Amino acid sequence: MTRVDAAGLERDVRDGLAKKPILLMTHLVVGYPSLDANWTMLEAMDAARVDLVELQLPFSEPIADGPWFVKANQEAIRAGTSWTTYFDFAARAVSRFRFPVLFMGYYNSVFRMGGERFCARLAAAGMRGFIVADLPPEEAADLNATARAHALDPILLMTPANSTERLREIGRQASGFVYCLGRKGVTGKQTDLSQGVADFLGRCRMATSLPLALGFGIRTPADVSALRGLADIAIVGTACLETWEARGPDAYREFVQALARETAA
Amino acid sequence: MSTELFQFAPGREGYYGEFGGAFVPEILHETLAELRAAFDDARDDPAFWREYVDVMVTYSCRPTPVTYCENLTRLLGGARIYVKREDLNHTGAHKVNNVMGQGLLVRRMGKRRVIAETGAGQHGVATATMAARLGLACTIYMGEDDIARQRPNVFWMEQLGADVVAVTDGTRTLKDAINACLRDWAESMADTHYVLGTVCGPHPFPRMVTYFQSIIGQEARAQMLRITGALPRRVYACVGGGSNASGIFAGFLDDASVELVGVEAGGKGVDTEQHAARLAGGRGCPGVAQGYKSVFLQNREGLMHDTCSVAAGLDYIGVGPILAHLHAQGRVRFEAATDAEVVEALRLVIRREGLMPALESAHAFVTALKEAPHLSGADAILVNQSGRADKDIFTVAEALGDERWKRFLREKAAR
Repeated sequence: MTRVDAAGLERDVRDGLAKKPILLMTHLVVGYPSLDANWTMLEAMDAARVDLVELQLPFSEPIADGPWFVKANQEAIRAGTSWTTYFDFAARAVSRFRFPVLFMGYYNSVFRMGGERFCARLAAAGMRGFIVADLPPEEAADLNATARAHALDPILLMTPANSTERLREIGRQASGFVYCLGRKGVTGKQTDLSQGVADFLGRCRMATSLPLALGFGIRTPADVSALRGLADIAIVGTACLETWEARGPDAYREFVQALARETAA
Repeated sequence: MSTELFQFAPGREGYYGEFGGAFVPEILHETLAELRAAFDDARDDPAFWREYVDVMVTYSCRPTPVTYCENLTRLLGGARIYVKREDLNHTGAHKVNNVMGQGLLVRRMGKRRVIAETGAGQHGVATATMAARLGLACTIYMGEDDIARQRPNVFWMEQLGADVVAVTDGTRTLKDAINACLRDWAESMADTHYVLGTVCGPHPFPRMVTYFQSIIGQEARAQMLRITGALPRRVYACVGGGSNASGIFAGFLDDASVELVGVEAGGKGVDTEQHAARLAGGRGCPGVAQGYKSVFLQNREGLMHDTCSVAAGLDYIGVGPILAHLHAQGRVRFEAATDAEVVEALRLVIRREGLMPALESAHAFVTALKEAPHLSGADAILVNQSGRADKDIFTVAEALGDERWKRFLREKAAR
């Protein structure tokens, strides 16, 4: 499976996978609950040796997100999180922590910024790639070409609803790794990992030789453990935020540790 | 209808100039493909349009009449004023045209549940009505603030068997209800169709909703020729998302002599922050949200503004991509009417003609009545009365500031 010419994010992921069976990617919405809280979250991720981190730029119409992140987007906007706030924060995170940092957001932010400026700002902040939740591959050709010129990896999504033909088309355009959705719907609900996830990931493997990350509904250390041997990266987003909201920073730290422990060799 | 609008260049399917497209999470890709195929198949089947027209004739008073407004014409002393009476549709607005059409499509696709967003409640009531008629399960998403403003419509949706879900995020209005529908659909698409209520959203919705609503324009064009012996000089329609405007304009797009005028919600004034005028006044700018590229009211960083209008049905951030394109081409002129002008026009039309246009439709009257005196008696103008006011008595009485009504409500509540 390993490609000798792996570069960029894919090489980071392959290097990680040489040391342990599965990697962990976590997520936060920049500006919620506050930039200070975000920094504490990143420190917790770093201490737990999380492998990859998504920083979400808030948008007013987050159609792929469930209630927790919808609220987080809204509150972050209300608190005045601007592009400058976001990129300053991202640059600080990149210079302080060892994990690769990815952009996550919605296409209107990219469109308003302009593809070239968007990629230049990501690269200047030291970020490594981006996930744009509402940008289909057929609209992304120009942006993805610009990204590669800036040594950024556009991360594409594969979903259980996709036809085999569509998965192949996505596979042809993907780089870095592929973000696979554990189920239909939006972020933040439980996924039954016993049902169809292995089959789905098998279909994804047929469509790409890139590492596969599985997200949406991965909520517990047991879920992460269950993905060993199936996926290359486990993505946990909402469950982390819920832990912070319900039980505070110490519980958050412990939760991220517990997730990361399940990825150890 | 102008067919060249729908001759998409290779790789530009669903685009009208620079606007349109389908910007949805990947999970919905196959669902939209399925819908496009079903719609293309239905459109190619002459029996489908005949079945649609038959349903509209037997279930919703089609063809709706065109009414000559002799009193207003005499009062203003310019162009002869005609009104297309979409208010006479079943459920009280043009919304039912689109909904029954999509309902027939749902039956072809074999789905058993429909979901829809609603702002003022018209589209929700129309969808719940269609679902009751066709035996479909129905969920309506409605912003919490809109539910508070439009209780009577919620009452009817529930009587019709729909499950009405309050949307509590964002601005708790129409745009947030659309987001909620897209989220529901991302999970439920196997057995559920999203009955989008306007000419916005991802391809094929702008085209499909225009297709069903074009029944307004097809009828109106033939009616004007029959009644006046000529085409109208101008056609006026209010524009929220733009479905009634797209419908009536569709009948006249190929008639270069007919000027098409869309009227947006000027709210407290286009120079204030409180309006919903995207095109008139140039306050909107290109963006991508809710599945499509168009002109949106947003800040420099692409965050959507709060909008404001006395008419909930026009209180929306975006405008249909086909209309944005026709605006860019100079084919449709856009104007804005303020809340104050709307209330004044509404009073005038009620008193002089006994017509009761919805607050939304009253926007079209504002501009038509302003411009009529500057035209000659040889000209006819046509106004689309997209909905009726009497079923929105709570909102209209509030807008008209009727003290006796307010006292009645207080007394009724105290009993």
